[in-house]
Amino acid sequence: MTSARTFFRRFGGLLHKEFVQIVRDPSSIAIALVMPVVLLLLIGFGISLDARNVRFGIVDENRSVETAGLFQAFANTPYFRPFSFLTSKAAEAALMRGDIEGFVVLRSDFSRRVADPIRAADIAIVVNGVDANNARIVTGYAQGVVATWLLGHRRDRAQPAVSPVTVENRYWFNPEIRSTNFIVPGLIAMVMTMIGALLTALVVAREWERGTMEAMLASPASMTEILLGKLVAYFVLGLGGLAVSVFIGLVVFEVPFRGSAEVLIAISSVFLIVSLAMGLLISTVARSQFVAAQLAFLVTFMPALILSGLMFDIESMPRWVQAVTTVFPARYFVSSLQTLFLAGTVWPVLLPNLAMLMGFAVLFLALAIARTHRSLE
Amino acid sequence: MPATVTLTGLGKNFGTMAALSGVTATLAAGQITGLVGPDGAGKTTLLRLIAGLLTPDSGTLEVLGHAAENRDAVRGEIGYMPQRFGLYEDLTVQENLDLQADLHDLDRATRRERFETLLQFTGLAPFTGRLAGQLSGGMKQKLGLACALLPRPKLMLLDEPSAGVDPASRRELWRIVRTMAGTGVAIVWSTAYLDEAERCDSFLLLDRGRLLASGSPSDFTRQLEGRTFLAELPEGQRHRIQRGVAALPPIADATIQGRSLRLVLKAQSALPDLTDVMGNSATTRPTRPRFEDAFVSLLQADRPPIAAPPVQEALTRSADGIAIEARDLTRDFGRFRAVDKVSFSVKPGEIFGLLGPNGAGKSTTFRMLCGLLAPSAGSAHVAGVDLGRARATARERIGYMSQKFSLYGNLSVRDNLDFFSGVYGLAGRRRSSRIAWTIESFDLESVVNLEAGSLPLGFKQRLALGCALLHEPQVLFLDEPTSGVDPLMRREFWSRIGGLAEGGVTVLVTSHFMEEAEYCDRLGIVYAGRMIASGSPDAMKQRFVTAELPEPTLEDAFVGLIREHDAGGQDAAAA
Repeated sequence: MTSARTFFRRFGGLLHKEFVQIVRDPSSIAIALVMPVVLLLLIGFGISLDARNVRFGIVDENRSVETAGLFQAFANTPYFRPFSFLTSKAAEAALMRGDIEGFVVLRSDFSRRVADPIRAADIAIVVNGVDANNARIVTGYAQGVVATWLLGHRRDRAQPAVSPVTVENRYWFNPEIRSTNFIVPGLIAMVMTMIGALLTALVVAREWERGTMEAMLASPASMTEILLGKLVAYFVLGLGGLAVSVFIGLVVFEVPFRGSAEVLIAISSVFLIVSLAMGLLISTVARSQFVAAQLAFLVTFMPALILSGLMFDIESMPRWVQAVTTVFPARYFVSSLQTLFLAGTVWPVLLPNLAMLMGFAVLFLALAIARTHRSLE
Repeated sequence: MPATVTLTGLGKNFGTMAALSGVTATLAAGQITGLVGPDGAGKTTLLRLIAGLLTPDSGTLEVLGHAAENRDAVRGEIGYMPQRFGLYEDLTVQENLDLQADLHDLDRATRRERFETLLQFTGLAPFTGRLAGQLSGGMKQKLGLACALLPRPKLMLLDEPSAGVDPASRRELWRIVRTMAGTGVAIVWSTAYLDEAERCDSFLLLDRGRLLASGSPSDFTRQLEGRTFLAELPEGQRHRIQRGVAALPPIADATIQGRSLRLVLKAQSALPDLTDVMGNSATTRPTRPRFEDAFVSLLQADRPPIAAPPVQEALTRSADGIAIEARDLTRDFGRFRAVDKVSFSVKPGEIFGLLGPNGAGKSTTFRMLCGLLAPSAGSAHVAGVDLGRARATARERIGYMSQKFSLYGNLSVRDNLDFFSGVYGLAGRRRSSRIAWTIESFDLESVVNLEAGSLPLGFKQRLALGCALLHEPQVLFLDEPTSGVDPLMRREFWSRIGGLAEGGVTVLVTSHFMEEAEYCDRLGIVYAGRMIASGSPDAMKQRFVTAELPEPTLEDAFVGLIREHDAGGQDAAAA
């Protein structure tokens, strides 16, 4: 039986080897510490889901003080750059040419209707729906501009805001509606996936390719010890990646952090274990770095990007796609991250996510251990 | 002698393919057992079974008194060195040793003592701080061995430890391993080099997963006592004469060995009259049988005879003068000079070999001559074209066959031929006639619709050569064409190459394989980036004839040349 001292000497040797390799191999450092920086800066700055300076048509069939006021209201927001059109036809033509993203139609009875305290003013909004996400945002903003203007207009006229219900939007947790605020925390999930799954799968595959795994397997070290050594080393590296990502998020992107740091570290650690276990699982199938990289991208990286709620809202996905997202651990981590950064330590959200992640950790670790035997078959 | 390993009817399948079947043998302590056979014979599979890395599908296996199922008990007593030595290249020599010491749970005092002994033993003491990846092939091999030796195993498994290593290091390794065997360790040494089998105490000869023969090498070769001769070859037409002699009924095997023809007679046959084929000058003398002779006669009994390859008519108008000329060819990679002022020339129709260990600069020289790599200095002319000026033109006149064959495994034989003829710019009638010629003269008709990847090695080799010859090149480049191939296939291949050379094709071969070098008309020995000697294989051997060594092998000559070169370097440094 292996005594504790023997185990620690053996395991210490393996661990030392992993760290020396990490330090000497520029590609590990690059993936773990440089890649997060590049990824965060690139995606954080490059992908913004906010609408800014949208070229927007206003078809003014009324040509009144009111319509001029509304035009001014559009011009005053940072979101729109309004262009005036006399007919719907002209606006449509402009939309077709791609000169404008959408337009509103203010009918000839607009001023009369605005003045009417009982009836609401009808406004048609036409938006280029090719990019559905963008279209939804533009529509929302346009409605907002009109509603705000109407409210102000009636107040100025000392007309009581008679419309029985007015909707006033207040964006909780992200009052400025900055998309960076929820993308950047989500990106941390991608960084962790990269380090955990991709890097681990790659380094194990490399050992197969170079024949060192074979030499290790013939030694008294057990497969579990060999893999545990990798797990611990890359876990530490992953926490380094987390630190870098959080630092950039807070300092460069000025993302708020409202939760507790301890909880962030705890949940990240669990997700990191999930990722590492996935990486090990991939490495039991893939014995070349090429296959390992492809598999890791396909089953861990892409889902983390697309199906995690990081880029696309899960709630607005078709039902069956929503069902698919539940089998990818990244979504639970992204949701936890967004909660921790933007809302705070909200246990009712965090607990179920944490429970799911722990379940995945146990499942994948068990699978990885079951699938690796001391054998080359 | 106690048996360390006992195999009974051992078998192992991968999918539907039997990698090993019905192997029964015992390996004794204190002995070096050679595991001999061509690539794909099952050597690595057998070693992995013994090491406990694979589980057998049939038969039983007992290692150091434990059955296969109960292997963990003896894991610490087995030293295993996989191919390419299993070293961490980004760790230093010392770190690699430390890791092994940790894995085997050696305490401080023990490891200090063993490190010292092993570093001394292997001559690695001055290099402990160097990264393993930056060691030479021979030094890596020694480090691999030191790592495997660290736990003082009772059984050492070495998987092709000498492949691609220079002959001097190879001898050094034999010395080390011989010393180990003296301490009672059982050693299994797998190799594709048949000459190494003769140095072992016993051997297991594998071919396509089966155990063809086993026992002591001297008993094995003794069967051929009195049946092996050397006949002196007249100048020129060596290949034609070889074919003529090989076709004589009493001759089992005839191979070119420098200026001589090595003959093996069939059992109960007398040496025939050779004057018809060789002319009146034919003089023969008996020679000592070699392991390869016995192996070949065994294979011939085991397999249907291979039809003698057709004699190929002259392929190309032989260019006059010089077919290949390298002048002060030099190539630097960063601060490392891989090739240092290499000069040589090859006549049309000549077979020239670049012989040297891995990492000596053969491949770099080769790539420069193929126009794949630009030289840092010096010039190269191939088939009358200056590679510095007209690489594309030169490439049209060059045929290239690499060790890996470079075929498309999932295309059929015909698709491969179609593809390569297109790549070489053949079209119309010429294209179809060249493809037809290749299929006919390389005997590919029966497999023309099969996937190239599924073909047996011999067919792959023929197809690869056929593809390289589609555009009727004047110069043929061969990169280790027959390393790891069984001796019959090697004979078939070289007989084709001989035919081509007689047809006027110039052949340049790189190899670390002494047996391949024997087929060359002339050799250039490449060592540490320089060409340290050139000449015919016989002239090289002749230089090292001594009273103790009346018949030096090419390897003896190689070792001698390296020694002279190193001594010369030291003299120059001292002066």
